[in-house]
Amino acid sequence: MTNHWVDLKNSDAIFIIGANPAENHPASMLWVNRAMDDRGAKLIVVDPRFTRTAAKADIYAPLRSGTDIAFLGGLINYTLENNLHHADYVANYTNAAFLINADYKGPADLDGLFSGFNAEKKTYDRATWGYQTKTEKVTDPATGAETEKTTTLSDPTLKDPQTVFQILKRHYARYDLDTVSRITGTPVDKLKEVYAAFAATGQPGKSGTILYAMGQTQHTVGSENVRIMAMLQLLLGNIGVPGGGVNALRGESNVQGSTDLAVLYHLLPGYLAAPSAAAHPDFKAYLENKTPKTSYWSNYPKFFVSLLKAWWGEAATADNDFAFDYLPKSAGDHSWIPLFEAMYAGTIKGLFVMGQNPYVCGPNARLERKGFENLDWMVVMELFDTETSSFWQAPGVKPADVKTEVFLLPAADAVEKAGSIVTSGRLIQWRNKVAATQGESKEDIWIIDRMMKAIKAAYEGSHDAKDRPILDLNWDYGDPPEAGKVAREINGYYAATVTDDKGNLVAKKDDILSTFAKLTADGNTAAGCWIYTGYYAPADDGTGVSMPAAKRRGQKDPGGMGSYPYWGFAWPANRRIIYNRASADPDGNPWAEDKKLIWWDASADSGTKDAEGKPILGKWVGYDVPDFAPTKAPSAAGGKDPFIMRADGKGGLFGSLNEGPLPEHYEPLESPIANLLSKTQINPVVKVFNADAGKDIGDSVGTPDKYPIVCTTYRLTEHWQSGAMSRYLGWLSEAQPGMFVEISQELAAEKGIQNGGTVLVSSARGQIKATAMVTARWKPYTIDGKTVHQIGMPWHFSWRGIATGDSANDLTPHVGDGNTKIPEYKAFLVDLQKA
Amino acid sequence: MTVSRRDFLKLSGAAAAGLLLPVDLAAAAGGSRFPLHKRVGEATSVCPYCSVGCGLLLATDAQGHVTNCEGDPDNIHNRGALDPKSVSITQLSNSPRRLKSVQYRAPGSDQWEEKTWDWAMEQIARRVKTTRDATFEKKDDKGVTVNRTQAIAWLGGAANNNEDCYVAAKFARALGLVFIEHQARI
Repeated sequence: MTNHWVDLKNSDAIFIIGANPAENHPASMLWVNRAMDDRGAKLIVVDPRFTRTAAKADIYAPLRSGTDIAFLGGLINYTLENNLHHADYVANYTNAAFLINADYKGPADLDGLFSGFNAEKKTYDRATWGYQTKTEKVTDPATGAETEKTTTLSDPTLKDPQTVFQILKRHYARYDLDTVSRITGTPVDKLKEVYAAFAATGQPGKSGTILYAMGQTQHTVGSENVRIMAMLQLLLGNIGVPGGGVNALRGESNVQGSTDLAVLYHLLPGYLAAPSAAAHPDFKAYLENKTPKTSYWSNYPKFFVSLLKAWWGEAATADNDFAFDYLPKSAGDHSWIPLFEAMYAGTIKGLFVMGQNPYVCGPNARLERKGFENLDWMVVMELFDTETSSFWQAPGVKPADVKTEVFLLPAADAVEKAGSIVTSGRLIQWRNKVAATQGESKEDIWIIDRMMKAIKAAYEGSHDAKDRPILDLNWDYGDPPEAGKVAREINGYYAATVTDDKGNLVAKKDDILSTFAKLTADGNTAAGCWIYTGYYAPADDGTGVSMPAAKRRGQKDPGGMGSYPYWGFAWPANRRIIYNRASADPDGNPWAEDKKLIWWDASADSGTKDAEGKPILGKWVGYDVPDFAPTKAPSAAGGKDPFIMRADGKGGLFGSLNEGPLPEHYEPLESPIANLLSKTQINPVVKVFNADAGKDIGDSVGTPDKYPIVCTTYRLTEHWQSGAMSRYLGWLSEAQPGMFVEISQELAAEKGIQNGGTVLVSSARGQIKATAMVTARWKPYTIDGKTVHQIGMPWHFSWRGIATGDSANDLTPHVGDGNTKIPEYKAFLVDLQKA
Repeated sequence: MTVSRRDFLKLSGAAAAGLLLPVDLAAAAGGSRFPLHKRVGEATSVCPYCSVGCGLLLATDAQGHVTNCEGDPDNIHNRGALDPKSVSITQLSNSPRRLKSVQYRAPGSDQWEEKTWDWAMEQIARRVKTTRDATFEKKDDKGVTVNRTQAIAWLGGAANNNEDCYVAAKFARALGLVFIEHQARI
């Protein structure tokens, strides 16, 4: 989230597309209700199904799964055609005025493609997507030295046809109401109603928020879905302001934290890049590749070296590039789908699983499950004996044929151990251990600590260079290991005693760091995750009591904006709303009195003194930690550039993802129709896997002649993900006892299906049995004049636990998004029949 | 002086420390209507299901096991409200189906065997060493130092604490793993 949960109360319009918080994030509706009751905020819900969130909405509009870019492209077109964008914000805070390379061509010119496409490699050469620049010689008046200065060309009037603004306008002019309606199936009057209601937040002083979840991301165009929401919010001036933002409703209690801490192949903690053999052959190449000249990322080496010091301590020195070579380098794409393709092919021999049930949650699950049988060994850390740990005794599997050894390690649950988790709003909250563990179960930190110690012992005495990363690993969290000691390392500390030029003590070795601004690239600081620096450092809870910041429970809320700066710790630097420089106008004044967050106070003491010893006046003040240099005046160079993580400081209306600089509608891999916007049917950069295609188990792709019905998957209030923490519990299993499929009354009538009857749902990958729930929540769509049916089903179920049933993921395809590789669970084709 | 139960938790620090609260003290704090007949401790926590971060007030018995779960009125996110999953934490923690000891399944076997932690740790370390040593790549075909194995993978976990995830990522990278994934991808 750019913003946070409580901030929803500050919104004038809440636009929920691809999320269902009333069922999946129930407590968040407290703040949606607050905005509706106290401010008269409009609730707009766009979803293929009439959900319980939709039941609360002022406006509900249906759309066919997989057509969000068409829907939102239409909204951008409506906004620009009717001049409803926030002109001042767009002109000052975005890249709208910049001129794009004259050779750039878009989908209108190239039938759905952008300039630079390599059809063979399915990648783009992005050379034509850049800005027009001018390089001049500048003479320094003081020294007379000549340097070259490159500036980006722009047209502040936004009229030049090569400005981002005009290119954007032309691109989305193709997304007119009739075309959008033909693609999405949303009636034109509903489109207009939604567009008018949300575009109204473009008025200065108003703000609207977009809430989304996996309904937006689990598509072959998932990243572009998110990008188009961000672009829309920039056009409407809704980023960085209270009640605004692009807000992901994350699915698990700590999926924000597990991402921040980088349990992902392509990342290291704090969104640093995991080195790849191709792009980063050595330390120098890595830093050159990752460190831009401008933006806050110019500090990259400080964050990275501090991470290496946290991991390899004394063994990480300037002489050995801080042990850079100890980090494994990736060989390519090691994301979820390729990982399971490798398991299926038998090249992965050992697997660790911590708190996940991959047997149920992966796409094309029948294929993924076969992969487990190819493992030599598997270690599972879990609360229950799940389908994953017991895959060898699944229905249809002969245990005698499965050679895999399984070590099933009993883990403590969330309340039986200490540590912190992060809300969707980047807010870190500490949990103490409040309950006793069950039997011999142990905290995950204890388990990993003991495994690492055993592995270190197994390698003891080795002189092979390959074993140094293990033997030199900085690993001392106490015995038994303490979460607080791990937290201290993540937070960061001085790795050496540091003095200034005059020999004065700056900090002693092991002193805890309070802010990432103090990190250095010389090896004197260690920090496991730079964006978390400060979360475990002592901080005031607002009552004069000091404690590790993430443990705070202070109730003060300056300005009544819901920031609660003394409650827990929000990364980065305890900022509750990121990019909040944009909550003030270019001159530094709040856009509106009721949207005041931070502002420039020209008379405030900046805390620094001029040459004559007089205080320098002027700083950013308010109810949140400024996401900006605290004393940089609006009139200073860069004083109007709120997006400090971007090289140009401007919000990117024109960007650079793998499939293009502007989101373009493509159909899902499996779609009932041909793309109505161009002849480019699917996202041109996605990789379609084809292992054993056409066989009973394989990466097969279905076509609408055999599978004419669109299908999607979702979650229920009473179950959680793959069911590993809900299908074993009595209350929840009683409330939702088994697998069902929701079918419209119209489709049920066509197929002779009765409510409560049993149906078979089949895709090119498999077939499942489920109970039919015939409901008015689904309605057939009219797509380009034809009737198209869609059905939906929960994906929680499998064969173990109390509540059991067939798995929806037996049906889903092995294809991922063009950037993140997230699977396309949300739109695929099936057929349906009475069992 | 009238002290509500909520004020008492704040005053006593029990909310943070999870102190055991004997019945007579509870009665004194909450007034004579406080309907407790056994030793309980109350402490705050945060729900492990969705990402709203709702605060919980958990009561535990003398053995430290959860006896009740309700919303924490002081938590800024939920102000005391909870959903059906959150209140089921009592059952999650105490389920008779919870694993209580280390289990091992041998190749070809059709059953679990109970094992000790020490045995499991040593065996796991041996498996890691065997697989890692047999598949380790020091350099790739272009001569770049890569120090990796593509034959061991890590999955999970988005319901784990930050500190769990951090040691997991550090553990996996130190072994040379590149196949490191979890719920966030999918």
